[in-house]
Amino acid sequence: MTEPGAPGPASGLRFVVCIKQVPKAQELSVDPVTKTLRRVGVPSEINPPDQNALEMALQLRARHGGEVVVLSMGPPSFDESLERAIAMGADRAILITDRLLGGSDTVPTANTLSEAIHRIGDFDLILCGEETTDSSTGHVGPGIAGHLDIPQITYCSEVDIVGDRVRGTRMIEDGAETWDAPLPALVTVDFGCNTPREPTLTGKIRVKRGGPIAHWSCADLGLDGSRVGLKGSPTIVAKVETVQLPERKGRIFLEEPAVAAALLIETLRKDGVIRG
Amino acid sequence: MSGSAASGVWVFVEARRGTLRDVSVQLIGEARRIADRKGAVLSGVLPGWNVEFLARQAIEYGLDRVFLVEDPRLGIYTSRPFTKVMATLIRRHRPEIVLFGASKNGRDLGGRLHAVIDTGLAADCVRFDVTDEGYLDMIRPAFGGRSLAHIHCETHRPQMASVRMNVFRMPSRDPSRMGEIVREPVEITDADVDTNVVRFVETPKHDVSKIDNAKILVAGGAGLGEPKHFALLEELAGLLGGEVAASRKPVDAGWVPKAVQVGQTGKTVRPEAYFAVGISGAVQHLAGMQESKKIIAVNSDPRAAIFEIADYGIVGDLFRVVPELIRQLRALRSPAAAREAPPARAR
Repeated sequence: MTEPGAPGPASGLRFVVCIKQVPKAQELSVDPVTKTLRRVGVPSEINPPDQNALEMALQLRARHGGEVVVLSMGPPSFDESLERAIAMGADRAILITDRLLGGSDTVPTANTLSEAIHRIGDFDLILCGEETTDSSTGHVGPGIAGHLDIPQITYCSEVDIVGDRVRGTRMIEDGAETWDAPLPALVTVDFGCNTPREPTLTGKIRVKRGGPIAHWSCADLGLDGSRVGLKGSPTIVAKVETVQLPERKGRIFLEEPAVAAALLIETLRKDGVIRG
Repeated sequence: MSGSAASGVWVFVEARRGTLRDVSVQLIGEARRIADRKGAVLSGVLPGWNVEFLARQAIEYGLDRVFLVEDPRLGIYTSRPFTKVMATLIRRHRPEIVLFGASKNGRDLGGRLHAVIDTGLAADCVRFDVTDEGYLDMIRPAFGGRSLAHIHCETHRPQMASVRMNVFRMPSRDPSRMGEIVREPVEITDADVDTNVVRFVETPKHDVSKIDNAKILVAGGAGLGEPKHFALLEELAGLLGGEVAASRKPVDAGWVPKAVQVGQTGKTVRPEAYFAVGISGAVQHLAGMQESKKIIAVNSDPRAAIFEIADYGIVGDLFRVVPELIRQLRALRSPAAAREAPPARAR
């Protein structure tokens, strides 16, 4: 296993991909009785935008050479996602795992990941998904770039490296904007911009043989308890309330299409949705 | 940043190609309410180049004061120079609250800034309140919109939050409203400009904005099966006077542009009527449309989650139901049919 802070890969670039493990979005459903989210027993996956980031890193490695290091922060159960990342083709993975980290908001999360990236050392490009599907802030990627004081290009659907510069095309509200920045830099990757590859047989074998996954603690990163977890988080969740959706009539037409369509149109005319 | 002497409510005023972003204007309306509640001055920070006229507009929408920072290097948004402007002014004037529109650039800026100045940032708030202790109660959806989390930032200043497009309404513009424009010096050097914008390909205007303000939306999901079937929805939307939207799958598959995506990773909409066609109703989709006034679902699966929140639903094959709706609406609209139909009500 490569020692922390080791020099960069013998040739090519060092890509660091930050991933999070999240509950599988399409498995989440609402309990029709309690109207709350069913979360028990929902399987996990790599946050889908992070899968796009990993795929992009693997494609860049194929073009430019080097190594892909996957980095995550969370409980030991996140190993499942790191193993999948290795099986997909990442060279090695690091999980920052420590009880002290529980309850971290985006500030200590970005801070902790930045410290780990420092320790990995000699990085050229950091890739993150544009946001997570479970918290959906999109703040951690730019937060890491801020901590590390490096350029950032967010919401990229295309990324390429030319010499010692990175060029990313950002998908923003009114169009596609291409930014150019010197390396090292951080990009966040547009959700759905590529098709993440499936794990390969060789990749699975690497995992079976005790995949190259390292666990780092806060002490390893020189982080004390005051800078991480709940204590290190500027924000707190003061309370959570269940949303009371407006009670809807829920009138369902089961008739033949022609009849059902007529009933629906009549109803919508009464409601004023359809004029005339 | 820590500290207790902070005061004032700020908004980041985003200029984009000669106009104020809608989300920034909506934010001014809500920030006005918070500032009045706290008895505080409402200021905006507007970085840009040749944008004094936009500062005036922002005052007409409700700001008391605009901190205007002009430099040619701020003519188009890039992360580091804008972060420097915000961080410098926040350290100089110590506002209590800073709010951002959650546009792509607003998130890019807020995410970098909160790490640089070390304070909290609550994303995508849908409601604000002020607690008895005077903290800003930042309320945001959690778990796919089924819960609301109340986020507080008690120990760090400023308290920062972002809001999504169309969550708050546009305030009215009052041309007689008076306010102060303060030119703030912030030294921006070439070294601060670490990224260059080398190209911009504009999305056609119609695609960008068409679903934002539509009264009626006809949204298609994976059930459409093929991109060409969106033509059916176009036709239905045309007859209803609405626009076509989509859930995530058709967008990911490249059938329709991302600009029409509704849901957690797309847009939040609240039209008079939302037709969900071939959409199963994943919580991430519901989060973007559940506040629509009327929800009408067409789906072949009677157990589809979309029916849980629908006002009306048709259980059936959309390829039979939608053509039937089109046929009957067309009959309703045609003069021949109008003669047979009962006289139209006076409007």
